[in-house]
Amino acid sequence: PERRNWPFQVSAALKERHVTPTELCQRCLALIKSTKFLNAYITVAEETALKQAEESEKRYKRGQPLGVLDGIPVAVKDNFNTAGIETTCASNMLKGYISPYNATVVQKLLDQGAVLLGKTNLDEFAMGSGSTDGVFGPVRNPWSYSRQYKEKSVPKSDSEDEESDWVITGGSSGGSAAAVSSFTCFAALGSDTGGSTRNPAAHCGVVGLKPTYGLISRHGLIPLVNSMDVPGILTRCVDDAAVVLGSLAGHDPKDSTTIQDNFKPFELPSLPDVSKLSIGIPKEYHAPGLSSEILALWSKAADLFKNAGAKVTEVSLPHTRYSIVCYHVLCTAEVASNMARFDGLEYGHRSDMNKSTESMYAATRREGFNDVVRGRILSGNYFLLKQNYENYFVKAQKVRRLIANDFLKVFGSGVDILLTPTTLTDAVPYMEFIKEDNRTRSAQDDILTQAANMAGLPAINVPTALSQRGLPVGLQFIGRSFQEKQLLTVAKWFEKQVKFPMIQLEEVKGHNDNVFQHQKSASFS
Amino acid sequence: LAPWVPVVGLEIHAQISSNSKLFSGSQVQFAAPPNSLVSFFDASLPGTLPVLNRRCVEAAVMTGLALNCSINKKSLFDRKHYFYADLPAGYQITQQRVPIAVNGSLSYSLCIDNKMSQMVTKTVRIKQIQLEQDSGKSLHDDTRSQTLVDLNRAGVGLMEVVMEPDMCCGEEAAAAVRELQLILQTLGSSQAVMAEGQLRVDANVSVHHPGEPYGVRTEVKNINSIRFLAKAVDYEIQRQIEELENGGTILNETRAFDSKLGCTIPMRDKEGKQDYRFMPEPNLPPLILYDAKSLPANVNHQQVVNIDWIHERLPDLPSVKRAKLVEQYGILPEHSFALLNEDGLSEYFENVVKQTQMKPKKVIGWILNVLLSYLKQHSLTVKESPVSCFLLADLLNLLEKKEISSTAARQVFAELWKGEGKTPLEIVKQKKLELIQDQKELEQICQAVIDGQESEVIMIVLG
Repeated sequence: PERRNWPFQVSAALKERHVTPTELCQRCLALIKSTKFLNAYITVAEETALKQAEESEKRYKRGQPLGVLDGIPVAVKDNFNTAGIETTCASNMLKGYISPYNATVVQKLLDQGAVLLGKTNLDEFAMGSGSTDGVFGPVRNPWSYSRQYKEKSVPKSDSEDEESDWVITGGSSGGSAAAVSSFTCFAALGSDTGGSTRNPAAHCGVVGLKPTYGLISRHGLIPLVNSMDVPGILTRCVDDAAVVLGSLAGHDPKDSTTIQDNFKPFELPSLPDVSKLSIGIPKEYHAPGLSSEILALWSKAADLFKNAGAKVTEVSLPHTRYSIVCYHVLCTAEVASNMARFDGLEYGHRSDMNKSTESMYAATRREGFNDVVRGRILSGNYFLLKQNYENYFVKAQKVRRLIANDFLKVFGSGVDILLTPTTLTDAVPYMEFIKEDNRTRSAQDDILTQAANMAGLPAINVPTALSQRGLPVGLQFIGRSFQEKQLLTVAKWFEKQVKFPMIQLEEVKGHNDNVFQHQKSASFS
Repeated sequence: LAPWVPVVGLEIHAQISSNSKLFSGSQVQFAAPPNSLVSFFDASLPGTLPVLNRRCVEAAVMTGLALNCSINKKSLFDRKHYFYADLPAGYQITQQRVPIAVNGSLSYSLCIDNKMSQMVTKTVRIKQIQLEQDSGKSLHDDTRSQTLVDLNRAGVGLMEVVMEPDMCCGEEAAAAVRELQLILQTLGSSQAVMAEGQLRVDANVSVHHPGEPYGVRTEVKNINSIRFLAKAVDYEIQRQIEELENGGTILNETRAFDSKLGCTIPMRDKEGKQDYRFMPEPNLPPLILYDAKSLPANVNHQQVVNIDWIHERLPDLPSVKRAKLVEQYGILPEHSFALLNEDGLSEYFENVVKQTQMKPKKVIGWILNVLLSYLKQHSLTVKESPVSCFLLADLLNLLEKKEISSTAARQVFAELWKGEGKTPLEIVKQKKLELIQDQKELEQICQAVIDGQESEVIMIVLG
């Protein structure tokens, strides 16, 4: 069935007291429990969430909610610092680590009255494109359990475990994407360094927004690549993403890479108009391995815009093919640097080995990090060696400049928005995914999303249609720096056109009371 | 034997005098309880980011200007990686590619042949000044096989001042550092007290024959005072000369100065060359400084540093102060050096001069030969002197009016030093030290003496 595009507003419902924040919170917590097999959450902060919900309720009773987000249950990827709640980055290195401070974005959400349900699962230290390589195990795509997927999958023989054909969420913000997709929260924070918000958004059928670098504070986001990381926003519809963006964006004195200019939160037009826009279709994004299904959808989407009066042209971003290699060098170099602080001395895991400081460091890091992390550290240190620095790091920075210039040229020539696929295929089954190693997978899966991080540009995944296998496929829009309003307006228009279907999950069915209807609603805003 | 030319360069780390650290808001304070001045960033908690302290930038600009440097309007921050217990992040943020100031010079003076009367001026080129983080402190407790780490100092702002190898011996190195110390203290950019670790000096030493290329250099660390700096450098020069003359070679190594033994010894920890894997610090944009011309119109003044504004407000540097003292008071250049060499002494001198009729040229003798030696004997600072400038001025006035002799004045000074609250006049009266001005009285005394020594007088009269 088509998704019911109610203009239903959970916030309005909260305001009009149709539902209370506590009820909402309890329902979400119950649903988290019943969808535990998804392994989307590492930590569920039940007590604190209920307290926050209580406080929110008091405010609603007084008629003084803090804003649209007051009482809204949200989830946060476990690489954001949350005071008093464990922050693990899905790594042994930080198991049991309780941060003393909140990331700026977390603080902003809490200041708006949002209810923090818990921390979501990811690839260890956000390194990966499947959310399969964390110490708490892989995240399962909720669509694996959807009627849409089950209907389309080949019936298994009795001997085969039905469980084994579940598909991945994509990554590395898979937990956040799954949490939003399975209705356990209304919005979630992810992070995006090479596509880590957009990729799982595409596979889980949710909206995944990567804001412009420098728009949202990274203070408290445990970094992967400082020069490319951004906090990502995952929601069930574009309007919600705009609301969350509005509450998070703006200069943070604690993050010197945020822009100084004042940010004005915006509302998206209810009837967006794309007829005056120029849409660019970068030919290089017709990458090897792109499924014919997605190619067809991409083409259909381009036609949609054409028919609406937009100018749709093919453009070229010639250095796209170098971005993966370039990313690999720069990413591993920064990883080697960023991970240097994990020595077991001040916090986190410390090995029992204590023959000497060096041996303690070595053992701690061997025990604390998985192969993926250690592999990247080794590569990164290699590229940073004095004899290699010019040939690798500096060269990659130069190529990065070329990639960024590709976009500048295209945007400078009058194109407003680029339209591309987000992923090469729909979500693959876990058993198939793990046949290739993390590095290979990342190189394959990041190819369509990575360049936007190189250039610092805003980009968004909008769920578009279901694949032949009954799994979500999304398309990506890339916009100009700091033009999130335009980007989201186009995304909203497209969302309205495609009417992506709602997931039909067994666990979610049968809760037909009013409260749950809010849960299933498209938006909270 | 062919002569040897010693070559000495210095790397000086001066702790910036500021309320908070270079990249975080935790306090800067000496000798605080361990780990009581550590912010989340200093402890390298994951997710924390550096935020540049404006005061530290200003201190570096001031220092650069005082050392005749070009201030780079755009400078960059880098990460220098190595693992050590006192470096929580596993890297230090420094300025390796483009530091904040370059190409300056420092003039300093030396006494030739240890005579204060002959001073010569030398110059050392300043290669650069860079901003960087200080590390924490680690104490090795060998008995318990453990290392204790105190991060109070981690992240404190440092200015690294690199002096080119223009010096040739311990004395020059010491004089240059002394002058730098005075400049920093005058500017207020660093308190530069070596004993408190606010000024740390590493010396780079090599020797070669004239006309030949420079020799292999060693780095000498663990120098805790200016006096030891001179000793360490001179020892190392000698060691290298002896080594080479005996057919040995000099290793490019780091050596520690052992103040007890008065020699340098190889440092165990620094085996093999470290590759620091320098990388740009991605969390700090380039540091842009402005001058009056380039300052943008609508700018938040809290967010910019104006080089010209700082230049206009530089205080008189020691060299200027000395010249002024010489000109104003007619004292010798070496006197002006001595006055500035002791904290508060020049102010004391000037205060005395103001309150006494005695000529400055005479006052200076009392300051440098009497007051200063008493202070040194009792290890007191000028501030702690029991004889205030007022008391000394009173005393000098008595001397100037010829009410007492200079010998008597010395006695009075010794009495004043006891700090019993008596005025010079009171002491003079008590000890009956007044010069007798009355001619008749003098004659009477002389006659009494002559009368008491009849035989001697006859001998003298007879020749």
